[in-house]
Amino acid sequence: MKYTEEHEWLDADGDVITVGITVHAAEQLGDVVFVELPEVGQTVSKDDEIVVIESVKAASDIMAPLDGEIVEINDAIVDDPAKVNDDPEGEAWFFKIKASDLAPMDDYMDVATYKAFIG
Amino acid sequence: MGDLERTPLSALHEELGARMVGFAGYAMPVQFEGIMAEHGWTREKAGLFDVSHMGQVILRGRDWDHVAGAFERLVPQDVLGLAEGRQRYGLFTDENGGILDDLMFANRGDHLFAVANAAVKARDIARMRAALEPEIAVEEITDRALLALQGPRAEAVLAELAPGVREMRFMDVATVELEGAECWVSRSGYTGEDGFEISVPEAAAEALARRLLAHEDVAPIGLGARDSLRLEAGLCLYGHDMDTTTLPAEAGLAWAIQKLRRRGGAREGGFPGAGAVLDQIEAGPARRRVGLRPQGRAPMREGVALYAEAEGGDPVGRITSGGFGPTVGGPVAMGYVPVDMAAPGTTLYGELRGKRLPVTVETLPFVAANFKR
Repeated sequence: MKYTEEHEWLDADGDVITVGITVHAAEQLGDVVFVELPEVGQTVSKDDEIVVIESVKAASDIMAPLDGEIVEINDAIVDDPAKVNDDPEGEAWFFKIKASDLAPMDDYMDVATYKAFIG
Repeated sequence: MGDLERTPLSALHEELGARMVGFAGYAMPVQFEGIMAEHGWTREKAGLFDVSHMGQVILRGRDWDHVAGAFERLVPQDVLGLAEGRQRYGLFTDENGGILDDLMFANRGDHLFAVANAAVKARDIARMRAALEPEIAVEEITDRALLALQGPRAEAVLAELAPGVREMRFMDVATVELEGAECWVSRSGYTGEDGFEISVPEAAAEALARRLLAHEDVAPIGLGARDSLRLEAGLCLYGHDMDTTTLPAEAGLAWAIQKLRRRGGAREGGFPGAGAVLDQIEAGPARRRVGLRPQGRAPMREGVALYAEAEGGDPVGRITSGGFGPTVGGPVAMGYVPVDMAAPGTTLYGELRGKRLPVTVETLPFVAANFKR
């Protein structure tokens, strides 16, 4: 498992990476009330803002962590955004991306580094 | 939280695990358990809010008529006619009729007690001093906390400490002893729910808060839920839903200006900007504050531009407050639109992330008030 400074977790299965947000991120956001996901088949570039999350307090974006194609999205969190608070590192994953370039994965943090990062 | 002021309850908030933010120069709790849970708790039980950042001011003259008559020079309300032990919603207007602040003021027998917004209290007080002193003594009360206990269980909870509060009606004000401290209690609030606001000496504030929180029906509530509660209740937030660029009538606050201060009334005008304020009440405003329900699920927040059509054209208005309404179960907002687009049921479009999404004009409040009249 890898982590970004934007508090995404990345779970690699070959070149398909499942992406979600960390428990820490979900706590910071507060109650999530709206999620907008990219479309399956959409080609994205690293750092594109492809997810909108609205909590009761504020709107925020999630960026694509890698170049690639969106191959699956989790409609369950669109229908029930509260799932993001309930199980952000499990059931409430956001999307799966088939990466065209896995190189950035090496730059992302491992769990120990991420834990140190969030203090 | 370096330079932020603390309230008499800051230490308690931290002990309770609040997430603290800077608001109007104070370190305030934005949430405890979570905004959704706190919002729902307040609608169903009783929420305890720390609003000690708000301005508490006492005005004294020779007697009530003296202070009330003087205060009428600053506000478009009927102050002289306010009965002892009663509170009224008021507005400070500027020379153009724009709104400088909204406030609550009470007839406390020998003096007037006012509560004003934290963000502009310094301006309010400076203005009162400039306009009224030395004839009227203007005293900012800085040694008292202000608590709000809001929700359908508020009466039963507070009555355990002082049974007499059951007799208070909406907008009554009384001195009540709570936990041995002399408190100034009003039956009012900013949530659309029944409840009380309690001015308590700072030394007694934490003990009173702890006593109230010990009740199984009471939970601490942060500013986040305070905002979503007041939004659902259709209540204006100063600096957002109204400011010096808005006049009372277009803000939907003409109801707060009693007939006696309007054209043809016994004490017509005589407050800053009276000409413009009364003209707009007579002629009707060109735009109006309305409730707005986004038809989709995405919240639309302050600043979202409103359009008459799904494509093309210039903005016709703007959202001034918006977010998710936990009791409504969807996004809710308020904003200003031209009066010919202000009828409930009108469809407008809010531009969100480059897309125009439909919103419906709705009658305020979104959640019916639950006051004890």
